[in-house]
Amino acid sequence: MKLVTVAGPPSSGKTSVILKLIECMDLEKGSIGVVKFDCLTSFDKLSYQEAGVPVQIGFSGKFCPDHYYVSNIEDAVQWGLASEFEMLITESAGLCNRCSPYINGILAICVIDNLSGINTPRKIGPLLRFADIVVITKGDIVSQAEREVFAFNVKQVNSSARLIFVNGITGQGTFMLSKYLRQARDILTLKDLKLRFTTPAAVCSYCTGETRIGEKYQMGMLKKLEFKGV
Amino acid sequence: MNTADLITYLKSTNLGRILKDYPIAGDFLANFRLEAISKVLPLPQALEEVEDETLAEFGLDTYGLLQEFCMFLENFTRVEESTGRVSSLTILGGFNKMKEPESVELTIAAGEVISVVGPTGSGKSRLLSDIECLAQRDTPTARQILINGIAPDDLRRFEMGGKLVAQLSQNMNFVMDLTVREFLEMHAKSRLTGNAAEIVEKCFLSANELAGEKFTLDTKLTQLSGGQSRALMIADTANMSNSPVILIDEIENAGIDRRQAIKILAKSEKIIFVSTHDPLLALRANKRIIMKNGGISKVIRTSAAEGKSLAAIEQIDNTLQELRNRLRNGEIITEELLK
Ligand SMILES: Nc1nc2c(ncn2[C@@H]2O[C@H](COP(=O)(O)OP(=O)(O)OP(=O)(O)O)[C@@H](O)[C@H]2O)c(=O)[nH]1
Ligand SMILES: Nc1ncnc2c1ncn2[C@@H]1O[C@H](COP(=O)(O)OP(=O)(O)O)[C@@H](O)[C@H]1O
Ligand SMILES: [Mg+2]
Ligand SMILES: [Mg+2]
Ligand SMILES: [Zn+2]
Ligand SMILES: [Zn+2]
Repeated sequence: MKLVTVAGPPSSGKTSVILKLIECMDLEKGSIGVVKFDCLTSFDKLSYQEAGVPVQIGFSGKFCPDHYYVSNIEDAVQWGLASEFEMLITESAGLCNRCSPYINGILAICVIDNLSGINTPRKIGPLLRFADIVVITKGDIVSQAEREVFAFNVKQVNSSARLIFVNGITGQGTFMLSKYLRQARDILTLKDLKLRFTTPAAVCSYCTGETRIGEKYQMGMLKKLEFKGV
Repeated sequence: MNTADLITYLKSTNLGRILKDYPIAGDFLANFRLEAISKVLPLPQALEEVEDETLAEFGLDTYGLLQEFCMFLENFTRVEESTGRVSSLTILGGFNKMKEPESVELTIAAGEVISVVGPTGSGKSRLLSDIECLAQRDTPTARQILINGIAPDDLRRFEMGGKLVAQLSQNMNFVMDLTVREFLEMHAKSRLTGNAAEIVEKCFLSANELAGEKFTLDTKLTQLSGGQSRALMIADTANMSNSPVILIDEIENAGIDRRQAIKILAKSEKIIFVSTHDPLLALRANKRIIMKNGGISKVIRTSAAEGKSLAAIEQIDNTLQELRNRLRNGEIITEELLK
């Protein structure tokens, strides 16, 4: 089974692109499955089900979404194998600009959209920096110049990635993307493979349920903002 | 400079000097939150004053950052060979929606304008996306696109990805909160050419030639009217975009000087496709592709006779334009004006 990880900021067009991609791959119905990792709510289940795509949704809830992802990804792979998929696609929303659910040796796609602001590519960090392919969506509603500047800013952060412009509504561009997917590696397990980037360190008292504010409730790994006089 | 020389240069040169030599280096520092770093020291020494944690957050150490810096400068100082020259584009027919063969072989040279006409659903957009992805008999239409007479292999298709085609359509808007000047400068900067000021000026002037109503360099993008935005997009695409092919989707009602627009675009030595219902635009083109049932049903070369009727159509259009201007200026419309 091939495994592909797709990540990107909320509402950047991940589901739209994945659905158009599956359509474009033209495989037997049900042979590509999706696992969506999200925080609290998601409306993606419906979109996938409507398209006849087998889907599993996981909510991290009170856990760090990144840690949740790593601790469930191998199970996702085993679910995919048991379901006899030819390909499994994971969709995860970039929730903190710091996450990057990419694994060494596994095709990593980052989806970002032209509407998110011209400097966004320079802000989103590992999510963009460690992707093999960067898909840029919503080019149909901004000017050519903005698309070019946006792409330039993406290259500033990740010069080795392939950029592909995809229209999530019409599917224009998914054709080239599907060519890469066909080359994705076949796997049986992720055991002993490594994440491309560490997940956020998260072992402070607030991780474990503390809600009170103040120095005396803060324990564990902390990072303090330094305020300078004005 | 080769990589080793560049590393030596980065290790031994003050950041201040580097920023003078490579202004884009400022972006690199900002990307890693290092704008405030000492400029009188070379990068490795300057980094000693930075908390380790800052770099670690990006998954880097001093050496890693130096390597990234080197890669960044190599990338953005390389002369843009991007797509290479495209002197011709050929469309080899596939099949229409009824699976009937399209018997066309159409070669278009740089500087030519081709219009695409046909009812809604006839396959205009499909044709344009076949061109965009350099279809090789592997899309639903089974068309094939050649560049300079040669079928591009997959590697070339990927390399050209996104750079071959610039697109312009009625639905596009500016979403940046910048003035026209800032916007043009930003676009010029991303092209890394030396003559930014000159090209900004050129774009601005030609945009104003197209726009019904003039705007200034200090106008906010978001304050431009629909027509002014379209005019700026066209001028910008013609003068600044590197893409050798331009696809234009229905810009007729935009309140711009369409004749001038086609002229400016054609002058840029690009291959231009205009999907349109506007006779003035359709006949301005050297050839027009007639779409039917998802296929190219005909290709018509604009004849001398059509060229003549173009003059008459222009007259009608001028009259309409004149009426529009008068309406705008609060004047009275009389029958006299229609003669
Ligand atoms: N105009 C335009 N809209 C798009 C494009 N791609 C996606 N959209 C729209 O953007 C919205 C969000 O798209 P989704 O595919 O749900 O985004 P997502 O990244 O999966 O969102 P989450 O999973 O909730 O984070 C939808 O309304 C899409 O129709 C595009 O290329 N152009
Ligand atoms: N030759 C063809 N074979 C199969 N499907 C086609 C063909 N040409 C167009 N289509 C499909 O027909 C639909 C309408 O075409 P489209 O290009 O959107 O039309 P237009 O832009 O002229 O309104 C699209 O779904 C398109 O993919
Ligand atoms: Mg989604
Ligand atoms: Mg169309
Ligand atoms: Zn995260
Ligand atoms: Zn915590």
